Amino acid sequence: MRSSNSTNPNRDDGGAASRPPRWARQLLIWFHPAQTLEEVEGDLDELYTYWYRRKGKFQATLHYVLNVISVLPPFVRQRPEVTTYPSHRTTSFLHPTMLRNYFKIAFRNLTKNKVYSFINIGGLAVGMAVAMLIGLWLYDELSFNRHFQQYDRMAQVMQQETAQGQINMGRHLPIPLWNQLRTTYPDDFKHVVISSWTGDHILGYKDQKFTKKGNYLSADAPDMLTLTMLKGTRAGLKDPASILLSESVAQTLFGEDDPMGKIISLDNKVNVTVTGVYEDLPYNTDFRDMTFIAPWDLLASTDGWVKSGATDWQQYAWQVLVELAPGTSFEAVSAKIKTIKHRHSPDATGSKTAMFLYPMADWHLFSEWDKQGNPTGRIQFVWLFGIIGLFVLFLACINFMNLSTARSEKRAKEVGIRKAVGSVRSQLICQFLSESFLVVALAFVLALLLVQIGLPWFNELADKQMSILWGNPLFWGLGLGFSLLTGLVAGSYPAFYLSGFQPVKVLKGTFRVGRFATVPRKVLVVVQFTVSVTLIIGTVIVFRQIQYAKNRPIGYDRTGLITIPIHIPDVRNQYNTLRSELINSQAIVDMATSSAPTTELGYLDGGYNWEGKDPTTKASLGVAAVTHDFGKTVGWQFIAGRDFSRQFSTDSAGMILNQTAVNYMGLKNRNGGPPIGKTVTWNGRSFQVVGVINDMVMESPFTPIKPTVFILNYRWATVFTLKLNPERSTTESLGKIEAIFHQFDPNSPFEYKFSDQQYALKFATEERIGGLASVFAVLAIFISCLGLFGLASFVAEQRTKEIGVRKVLGASVFSLWGLLSKDFLTLVIISFLIASPTAYYFLHKWLATYEYRTGMPWWIFALSGVGALTITLLTVSYQSIKAALLDPVKSLRSE
Amino acid sequence: MRRTYLGEFEEIVLLLVAILDGEAYGVTVSQELEQQAGRIVTFGTVHNTLIRLEEKGFVTSSLGGATTERGGRRKRLFSVTALGSQALEDIQQLRTQLWQLMPPPNLQLRSV
Repeated sequence: MRSSNSTNPNRDDGGAASRPPRWARQLLIWFHPAQTLEEVEGDLDELYTYWYRRKGKFQATLHYVLNVISVLPPFVRQRPEVTTYPSHRTTSFLHPTMLRNYFKIAFRNLTKNKVYSFINIGGLAVGMAVAMLIGLWLYDELSFNRHFQQYDRMAQVMQQETAQGQINMGRHLPIPLWNQLRTTYPDDFKHVVISSWTGDHILGYKDQKFTKKGNYLSADAPDMLTLTMLKGTRAGLKDPASILLSESVAQTLFGEDDPMGKIISLDNKVNVTVTGVYEDLPYNTDFRDMTFIAPWDLLASTDGWVKSGATDWQQYAWQVLVELAPGTSFEAVSAKIKTIKHRHSPDATGSKTAMFLYPMADWHLFSEWDKQGNPTGRIQFVWLFGIIGLFVLFLACINFMNLSTARSEKRAKEVGIRKAVGSVRSQLICQFLSESFLVVALAFVLALLLVQIGLPWFNELADKQMSILWGNPLFWGLGLGFSLLTGLVAGSYPAFYLSGFQPVKVLKGTFRVGRFATVPRKVLVVVQFTVSVTLIIGTVIVFRQIQYAKNRPIGYDRTGLITIPIHIPDVRNQYNTLRSELINSQAIVDMATSSAPTTELGYLDGGYNWEGKDPTTKASLGVAAVTHDFGKTVGWQFIAGRDFSRQFSTDSAGMILNQTAVNYMGLKNRNGGPPIGKTVTWNGRSFQVVGVINDMVMESPFTPIKPTVFILNYRWATVFTLKLNPERSTTESLGKIEAIFHQFDPNSPFEYKFSDQQYALKFATEERIGGLASVFAVLAIFISCLGLFGLASFVAEQRTKEIGVRKVLGASVFSLWGLLSKDFLTLVIISFLIASPTAYYFLHKWLATYEYRTGMPWWIFALSGVGALTITLLTVSYQSIKAALLDPVKSLRSE
Repeated sequence: MRRTYLGEFEEIVLLLVAILDGEAYGVTVSQELEQQAGRIVTFGTVHNTLIRLEEKGFVTSSLGGATTERGGRRKRLFSVTALGSQALEDIQQLRTQLWQLMPPPNLQLRSV
């Protein structure tokens, strides 16, 4: 360019005379630095003309030559190179213009491939939403009870009993223990609080009666629980005739009126003055049901049994809660109080008891103990759901990566062109990364939306009251951190792999993806389906276990059974009149009272003796007090002997055993038959066995039946059991029953519970797990299928030409469908082979925690496998049939 | 004061660039140098000085203004930067200051 300029000067006042000497100019062109040649050449030309006009040709030539020499090396100064081409500096890959371009291209790509965008963003959003829900659940579980300011200083005093090689934990403690703890170790505890159990009580104000859950606590409890007092002070519990109400209860009782100083009745027995209102305790605390607090002193002074318990070391009926003094530790204090009970009340049977502190931090997650005394409980579910959440998220990420890598190969041409017009590698990396960040960001927003929508439903399923932690930096940190990570990982393959292509190869069309490029993708699909199939099998087994327990014979007839708590003070005198009135009204078939409803085993006792009992063991048997009519009401089933009968006055010392009790005691009659007529003593009283019944499931349907005895006692009664008349409508009968109960007990609200519903509650935990597991399984399968669908369509698209050629050569639609589906089926079969043993291992462990459990027959695994295959086939078939039906003319015409 | 040293010839060239106000390039600077200051120097001296001034940040340059009399080649046009005009003002201020310190008789000497 420069040489053409110099050899072809285009001047208007021309003539050879006005031209500088050619040799001098050539010298300049050869030796002058290239950067400044153009301007210097021009300047010297201009100057030559100037000199020529003023001084003539000779002078001008002389000046010209002299000045040319002055701009030749070594005289000339070099202009620094960079300033000559400043445009090089601005090609940064983070230039705003370039970033704008990346996002523009990304958006165009998203809108162009709507199906892929939907699968990509939707799948990832669902995965993120599941992970967020589980994360919120975990957060809620782990922050349980943290509401209390003294969370890490509070504990419950518990008793560990070792008997017959088994370790049993008990939280029922006698009253004298509380006194001893306070008086013996005043320096170790800041507060020692005795508590009854949170239960239903009747609160009455004027004519209104409400049943509310509340508890009796000693006076320093409000301080220990750091209650937020809305009215009154925490000292309000010091007066025995006082009561603290929660905000919601105060609202129910008094509405807008000031509750302070109002007098209300408690259980229709005593009147108490409201001395304070505290803020409702949050749902995720163990005290969430405690809607009022009555003073312990009130209970101790009004209830005869509690009064007698003040010095009774055997009355295991109460809870003791403590707050440690500063400077002590749970371990140290536990060691101190270990033998406190033993010192005051040695056990005759020689079973060993040890007291220990059970820190509040463990209450929720480690609420059970196995037989070796190791704590377990909900922590298992925390782990289980944590892992499931991670897996679902992982599945979604796999999808996302799979699809974006698969798609990116389609964009090899774009990469080639970008490189050809001068894109550097860092720009391409940046482009692909920003694209994947964009998709992740969209998915994150969508996931937040999904969580917001799904949260009420999830709360119901999981029995929680959670909300998105909008204000929590941890939540945002985790969410954004995860999004960044996903974006980076998913975007890294196209970013680093594709940007390395040689543009020439790509644009010439000789670019081929290697044979092993699909291997990672296949591995990811296998992982996905392994997780999905495992979850399917798990869900099926969980539901099977629930169904198995539901089908367990329960030993009585729970249809039409209702229970009503007894509030009438002297039931015994009114029992017969009440019963006959109810039966005469034809609302019920029969009625009885008992010490516990059929769905609970209220009381376990150890004071039994019988013929042939091993004197060194301490027998622990369940005991329930019933009335003559109980058997007819619940319909228990006799194996031998007879029911209690009014015709035999000796039945007041009669006893009915369940089958397990007979086996446990080893009682037999002379012929080896049922032990009718045998004598069993309980705490010194003798009882005659009159009958043996089939086991009744009174506790958890997943555990073995406890040996249980039934005795006649009209005084020891807490609940009515009524058998509704099956020929009348339930509402009608209930109306009649309510009217009759109101006559007998006008002060108590009429409340009833259906026994079958109470029984169903026993499955709540398992059904909750089953529900959650099935939701997660469905989502996992959905996400996996989304991914599969995307991959299948991608493969079909890639092989369009191959399919066209095959069709031209005479392949049938069926064989083409087989060809396209085969690959995916192989992958799913591989994942099934991995998933089955994995699922077996974990479910075997889970089932082992139940004593009454179902098996794992092979067909469940086979069925899950077939199910997964069917789903795969359905997903893939849509794409493969579509591809197989395509007219080969169309697919082959394009080139 | 300024770290950057501005030589006497550099100062004159910089002043000329300022005077020419957007029309300064090798030829005009050389011609003005000859006509205003009566100094005839080689083109290389002007060229090198302009480059040096640009390196020091007193002037900037851009290519443009091709005319037929230079065979269609572009000129490198120079203009003074803020730093350059600051440097010129500083020098003038210093001179004025120094002149004011000069005792009157000595001032007389100049006119003699």
